[in-house]
Amino acid sequence: MKEVLYILSPVMVGILFALGLGISGMTEPKNVIAFLDFLGAWKGDLMFVMGGAIATYMALYKLITQRVKRPLLEKEFSIPSNKKIDRRLIIGASLFGVGWGITGLCPGTGLVGLVTGNKMAVIFVLSMLLGMALGRSSFVSVAFKKVRR
Amino acid sequence: MNIQMSLFGGVLIGLAAAGMLFFHGKILGVSGIVGGLLNDRSRNMYWRLTFLLGLLLGALLLEPLGFSVMHETTGISLIYIGVGGFLVGLGAALGNGCTSGHGVCGISRLSPRSIIATVSFMITGFLSVTVLHTLLNGGQ
Repeated sequence: MKEVLYILSPVMVGILFALGLGISGMTEPKNVIAFLDFLGAWKGDLMFVMGGAIATYMALYKLITQRVKRPLLEKEFSIPSNKKIDRRLIIGASLFGVGWGITGLCPGTGLVGLVTGNKMAVIFVLSMLLGMALGRSSFVSVAFKKVRR
Repeated sequence: MNIQMSLFGGVLIGLAAAGMLFFHGKILGVSGIVGGLLNDRSRNMYWRLTFLLGLLLGALLLEPLGFSVMHETTGISLIYIGVGGFLVGLGAALGNGCTSGHGVCGISRLSPRSIIATVSFMITGFLSVTVLHTLLNGGQ
């Protein structure tokens, strides 16, 4: 039973997540770009998406981590505990934002878009994978260690 | 597009993230899940792969249910999409997260790293939209 749930629960979570992205309008890059366009035709929809998601997760995160000793299917929770704000984080997030603004897509919506066969989604996901592979390579880690004083 | 649908969609995203926490104790961060598949061959591969399978299945349901996926053009040329996608992947890998991991899960946990990351990508997102879409008129 647990083995079945182990395979099925991420599938259900993935379906729910994709529905959330689509229903909220985030699968239209135009809506994301409109949210970031403060000096142009600004549309605040994304604020409500984030607000709804954060309020829901914040409440359930507290409830789950306080009431439950361990997750149903694993030995322990894997929650990042790193508190260090470093150059790598800020440079990374900033580059992410530039790409997010250019395309109106994030990793989740890009993957969702793949099912339409849209050329934009295919190119986005392939180049994203390339960027991820570079960002996770030891070459980049070494470069960041060198500049740190 | 309206506020109720945005809120409702957001609540579903929050529920999905909570489900991942309840069942697997993991943070629902799409870039971490995809990136992890590139170089982590541990048992974690299974929940990552099945999550992505679910994401694609859910995506297939959207259009039949009447929700649009990439219908409207943004007028951005494919070269820019390639550059943007590369920056999204590189940036998420360096910054250890994207809109889901930092923007939703991290902010909800009041993680200082996620708050800084989210503010950073909002600022540069605004700058890139302003330069490309407003000043350069779509890079065409």
